[in-house]
Amino acid sequence: MQIIDAIGRSLQQVPVFADLSADYHQLVAGCGALSVFQSGETIYREGAAADSFYVIRRGRVRLEAHVPGRPPCIVDSLGANDPLGWSWLVPPYRLQFDAKALELTRLIRFDAACLRRKMADDPRFACAIYERLVPVIVGRLAEARRQLMDLYGQPAGRSQAWR
Amino acid sequence: MAITAPLVQPASHLWSISPWRISHVRRELADTFTLTLDPPADAADAAAAFLPGQFNMLYVFGCGEVPISISGAAGEGGRLKHTIRAVGAVTRALRQLRAGDVVGVRGPFGAGWPIDDTAGSDVVIVAGGIGLAPLRPAVEAILHARERYGRFIVLYGARSPEDILFARDLGRWSSRLDTYVDVTVDRAAGAWRGNVGLVTALIARVGLEAEHTVAFLCGPEAMMRFAVGALAKRGVEAGRTYLSLERNMKCGVGLCGRCQLAGHFVCRDGPVFRLDRIPNVFQVREL
Amino acid sequence: MAGATRPDDGACVLDTGALEQLIELLRADGYRVVGPQVTDGAIVLNTIAGASDLPAGVTDDQEPGRYRLRQGTPEALFGYAAPPQGWKRFLFAPDETLWRAVRTEGGFRCEEEPLASGRTAMLGVRPCDLRAVDILDQVFTRSGVVDPRYQARRAATLIIAVECTQAGGTCFCASMGSGPDIVADDANSGADIILTEYTTAGAPLLLARPVSGRGGELLASVQCRQATAADCEAAAEAVKSAARSMGRQMPADVATLVGRSLDHPHWEDVAARCLGCGNCTAVCPTCFCSTVEDSTDIAGTTAERRRRWDSCFTRDFSTLHGGPIRSSGAARYRQWLAHKLAHWWEQFGRSGCVGCGRCITWCPVGIDITAEARALTEREGRTDANH
Repeated sequence: MQIIDAIGRSLQQVPVFADLSADYHQLVAGCGALSVFQSGETIYREGAAADSFYVIRRGRVRLEAHVPGRPPCIVDSLGANDPLGWSWLVPPYRLQFDAKALELTRLIRFDAACLRRKMADDPRFACAIYERLVPVIVGRLAEARRQLMDLYGQPAGRSQAWR
Repeated sequence: MAITAPLVQPASHLWSISPWRISHVRRELADTFTLTLDPPADAADAAAAFLPGQFNMLYVFGCGEVPISISGAAGEGGRLKHTIRAVGAVTRALRQLRAGDVVGVRGPFGAGWPIDDTAGSDVVIVAGGIGLAPLRPAVEAILHARERYGRFIVLYGARSPEDILFARDLGRWSSRLDTYVDVTVDRAAGAWRGNVGLVTALIARVGLEAEHTVAFLCGPEAMMRFAVGALAKRGVEAGRTYLSLERNMKCGVGLCGRCQLAGHFVCRDGPVFRLDRIPNVFQVREL
Repeated sequence: MAGATRPDDGACVLDTGALEQLIELLRADGYRVVGPQVTDGAIVLNTIAGASDLPAGVTDDQEPGRYRLRQGTPEALFGYAAPPQGWKRFLFAPDETLWRAVRTEGGFRCEEEPLASGRTAMLGVRPCDLRAVDILDQVFTRSGVVDPRYQARRAATLIIAVECTQAGGTCFCASMGSGPDIVADDANSGADIILTEYTTAGAPLLLARPVSGRGGELLASVQCRQATAADCEAAAEAVKSAARSMGRQMPADVATLVGRSLDHPHWEDVAARCLGCGNCTAVCPTCFCSTVEDSTDIAGTTAERRRRWDSCFTRDFSTLHGGPIRSSGAARYRQWLAHKLAHWWEQFGRSGCVGCGRCITWCPVGIDITAEARALTEREGRTDANH
């Protein structure tokens, strides 16, 4: 129980869950465990079962995609307080990217099956979780799209440019 | 490092360019380079005076003139640095020049970063791409009087690890215990161990107390629009947000009219503006 | 209005002979006298040798996109509205060299082009154009950095203004507070002498009010009689009739209206008609935007920089690396109109429009700045009603 209390307390420090009610903090924390990855260690791999959801407490994690014959393509990097992984929310619950620790990284690992069960039992709890994760997903999608804009690239048609 | 009040341009020499000699050319990135310029002997004292954020008009003989921010001072004698990206006819001509060649200089022009007025505050610098160039003198000025400021944060976004400008300076600032530096790139592969993502993601993650924080922004206008949004989400208001704008300009002193933006001339009233003084700039398109 | 002229203001009455004398005096004093004359079917401002060069008995029909001369009041010298070109070109050159540079051993030397010398007398400056000169004075000499080239020309310029006694087909100076009389105090109007053409029984006469010391000296040197109360009344009545017959007006709240309409759909509507030719900016007496052009001789040993009038209707005007900031016609039209009518207030504390109507007359498709401003109000009203 001490571990679960500790996890519940540290969840209050995580902005995305900070305003969950105490009851729901307990529900979430009940599925949690602490986990540590060394620099360079793989946290999960594309294609594996999405049986965990993480919140990063310390350290840095990068998401990458494996491309045969090329170095891995880095798609995003996450740091302290960031939620990691949302494939566990949608069937078929398969991970879509590799996650790798860039330095010593401490995470809270939540058992996805446990969370899904509690969400199925209590739709209001499910709603509270979605309400907190959907904005993260929307924000990351917007950022990814803006990355595609190549804002710092050389503008097209520059041969006519005044400068 | 000489940072003092802006010069009043004597009217009779409004258009006159003074010949400065290139003492050093440094290749920064594939398309970006820094010219270190020596003032003519008769102008050395006056030339050294500039405010971080101000710009000079640089002229290539017979080719044309472009506004370029001052990216630093260099040693004694009023030497100035300009960091330039070759994107058009004049900047490409500037890239052809070598040490010993002469560049025409008019300036310095415009309003700079509010270095003195923000003493006592926490300062967040948000730069993107070559937008770090006009901010480098601001960073140096703050570091020079570090005790006058609270927290000091430098966030920088670039296209890729190969496009990170002033990597050596970023490393030097980052090694200081009293300065937080974070860098991100839009795309990277393999060996890059830093952040990947938009500079806005750095804003979302950094620890800051909005009510004590002022932000200085410079980068592509769309990047600044997104960054202003991310800062607003963290509670940093328009009245505490400063940004450097870019517009087509020919004279540098508010006479040619080209850089007029709402009630301002960007060359004279800017290029650094407090965001609440140009509230329309991100709302109205093609302004 | 400065109040009706009274005989004791030093006003006097000039006939054509006295005006001729005045021109003579100026020429003898070394002035290049510039005034209106008929050239190629239009009234053009150019050097005149005497009063006989003035467009006697000529008037103009001006409508959106249309300009024609026809016979007017016989012998009247100023019976027409704003001529195509304003006086801007005599103060702010359309194309001038700023400096030349010569390659030297290991560098180059830059030499500023000498300032204009020679005095100019501008005869026949209408109240709207007089206001425009004051606006340009403010832009170039009273807003921070002084433009030495403008300042030199302006200091060597003498202005003989002529009040309007006949409204043009497109003008709206009354609603801009810049005509048809000299609206500022005479002393602050910028004129040296103010003339008003009126008709008592017989030939047109000119009531002349001295404003500056130089203007007073000039009038004292020509043969004219003192103005009577009847002269002054007749002149004042002629000016009033012009105000009464003015067909157009600018909405009074146009500055705030435009300021809050920057995203208005009506800009697209104007853009569908606007050719982007920049005629409006070329004929506008207050448009002051310019560009510079750098060039070298063919050997590459000497270079020069020229300054030319420019127009915000060109794509190049707002071009940064990559392309123009204002790539759409709608944005460029909005830029012109919003600067002139709204942002000018923020920059200079007054409107940049003097109501001369030239932009209406000389727009090839007849876009009417007053109608476009009004359309913003009307659409705004409709939008409100829908909510």
